[in-house]
Amino acid sequence: MNDIRSYFGPGHGACPGCGFPIAVKITLETLEGKAFVVNSTGCLEIVSSMYGRNVWAVPYIHSLFENAGAVAGGIDAALKALGRKNEGHVVVFAGDGATADIGIGTLSGMFDRNHDVLYICYDNEAYQNTGNQQSGLTPPGASTTTTPVGDLLPGKMGRKKDMIGIAVAHGIPYVASASIAFPNDLRRKVKRAIEFEGAKYLHVHAPCVTGWGIDGKLTVEVARLAVETGLYPLVEYENGRLVRVMKLKKRKPVEEYLKIQRRFRHLFKHPLGEKIIKELQQIADENVKRYGLEDEG
Amino acid sequence: MRKVVRGFYAIAYAVKLSKPNVICAYPITPQTEIVENLAEMYANGELENCEYITAESEFGAASVVLGASATGARTFTATSSQGLLLMTEVLYNAAGMRLPIVLAIANRAVSAPLSIWNDHQDSISVRDAGIIQIYVENNQEAHDMIPFAFKVAENKNVLLPFMVCVDGFKLTHAYEAVDLLNQEDVDNFLPPYNPVVSLRIDKPVAMGCYAPPPTYMEFRVALEYAMERAKKVIEDESKEWYEITGRDWGAHIKAEYCEDAEVAVIAMGSIVGMIRDVVEEMRKEGMKVGLLKIRTYRPFPAEEIRKALTNVNKVIVIERSLSIGSEPPVTLDVKSALFGHSSQEIHSVVLGLGGRDVPRTQIIKIIKEVYEGKVKPGKRYEGLKEFEEVIP
Repeated sequence: MNDIRSYFGPGHGACPGCGFPIAVKITLETLEGKAFVVNSTGCLEIVSSMYGRNVWAVPYIHSLFENAGAVAGGIDAALKALGRKNEGHVVVFAGDGATADIGIGTLSGMFDRNHDVLYICYDNEAYQNTGNQQSGLTPPGASTTTTPVGDLLPGKMGRKKDMIGIAVAHGIPYVASASIAFPNDLRRKVKRAIEFEGAKYLHVHAPCVTGWGIDGKLTVEVARLAVETGLYPLVEYENGRLVRVMKLKKRKPVEEYLKIQRRFRHLFKHPLGEKIIKELQQIADENVKRYGLEDEG
Repeated sequence: MRKVVRGFYAIAYAVKLSKPNVICAYPITPQTEIVENLAEMYANGELENCEYITAESEFGAASVVLGASATGARTFTATSSQGLLLMTEVLYNAAGMRLPIVLAIANRAVSAPLSIWNDHQDSISVRDAGIIQIYVENNQEAHDMIPFAFKVAENKNVLLPFMVCVDGFKLTHAYEAVDLLNQEDVDNFLPPYNPVVSLRIDKPVAMGCYAPPPTYMEFRVALEYAMERAKKVIEDESKEWYEITGRDWGAHIKAEYCEDAEVAVIAMGSIVGMIRDVVEEMRKEGMKVGLLKIRTYRPFPAEEIRKALTNVNKVIVIERSLSIGSEPPVTLDVKSALFGHSSQEIHSVVLGLGGRDVPRTQIIKIIKEVYEGKVKPGKRYEGLKEFEEVIP
């Protein structure tokens, strides 16, 4: 079909149907391989960088779980000091736990110093590498091994951290959300992001087949439903201003998204399930209002 | 150029002469003035091809220099105490990735209780990370050891982080006359950093790969081999340093009056100066006492210490830190160096923790008691007040 060189793989060990390889491949193809990749500890790192079986055809560094932002900042500083800025873009791939929980300090520092870095969080909504423990980005009601469903509790209580809001609050030039279900939109956002000098944050929704309990062939479908229900709004901020959102033509109820995932299945039986579903619907409704996802009239 | 300067300036100025590309740190007492001086040089445009960054934490600072070093930059950071403990995860990682980052440690006690004053607990606590550690005696040595550290760390037979340990306040804030190096001498000694591998678009490599059981162990043992090779490199570079500057610090140890000594005192850091003074005075009085200064704590100079103590009957190890639950750290290493070779009496004397003053009279008392056979060998504390523990 074409002779696009693969910058990621072949040979990576991600599960069939895994979401994040789509985001990684699209990003690296869009940047034509001109990327210094920083990867925090997590699924992506484990499936791609075993000693002797590295699948990255771009310069790649993995240091720790919680320091990708700072390592990327160091690469940016070194490229500047050494007069090598024109070589390529510094790109982070980090999971939701590495980004929103354990690594949020170094991420905030990187934003604050406005390093010329594109930070991509692939959000699979829990610590999936270690078998589905809840993170700050696990949505309410999701069953994880550390928020299991019990007679008392219906999975995770509390809300999903608003990483877009946190990124925007740092005053960095570009912040957007994307989804592996919308590859053209993701491609365009990567392209747009690198037009800005300074820190860029791209939050990409990427389902996990094992943790979410979905059929591998439904990955894209599930990710699309997250967007179409309003639970996962695709938005874009430039210099602190909301400039574009993906409009929802015919918004679907959140149940359609929930019912095809094992992690939410209990919500339809548990005594508190109805309350949680209502809460999730309310989050979707708030997103619609906040970002103007539906055309009025 | 001989100038009376403070320790932090002597260090910062030597960093500047070493032409680093990325400096990143987070302020902490008593290290802060080192990076403040560098920030001032940066603000005045005196640091060429260099980025100066204040990170959001020491953990962040160590991570920034890790990323920069992996990209091929010469990097420097500095810290103390809690900051070093916070950096620890990154430093183990940097050593494992064989990145020649240079750190200045303004040695300070660790919390709790909080103390900003000097002892060696901070750097001693990261002794197993795979980082070269040199403890300096005065600000001239601190100044000299900065370009020296870059040269050794970047040697292709070594490629390890290097920590220059300088007693906080006692040295960092002290005024001393220092022969400041000139750029030409440093340039002749220290060539530009030429990394073996680095992150480049035209020649992509993967750094920080994970290693399953069939490959992990070799990486860790290779780290040990590199540290062993560092011994020879430190010796060679010490000779070259002497040729260029005329200053002979000794490579791993500096043994004075040990050949015929009945009692030898082993110590590291700024306390060495006072001990030397006491030893020289006692020699004048006819007492056979000696001094053994340990410079490189890692790699530990077991063989050199063994040799230097051949004729010594009693050894006093001055300890500025503890290994809670075992014997103090330097004592353990000295004992292990001597084990199976000789059977000197070993006196392990813990003193000056958290900046507790060590008067000259205390050193005299410690040596005399051992010399006259008034105390049994083993561990004891000097300058410790009587206190009652509250056991609820």
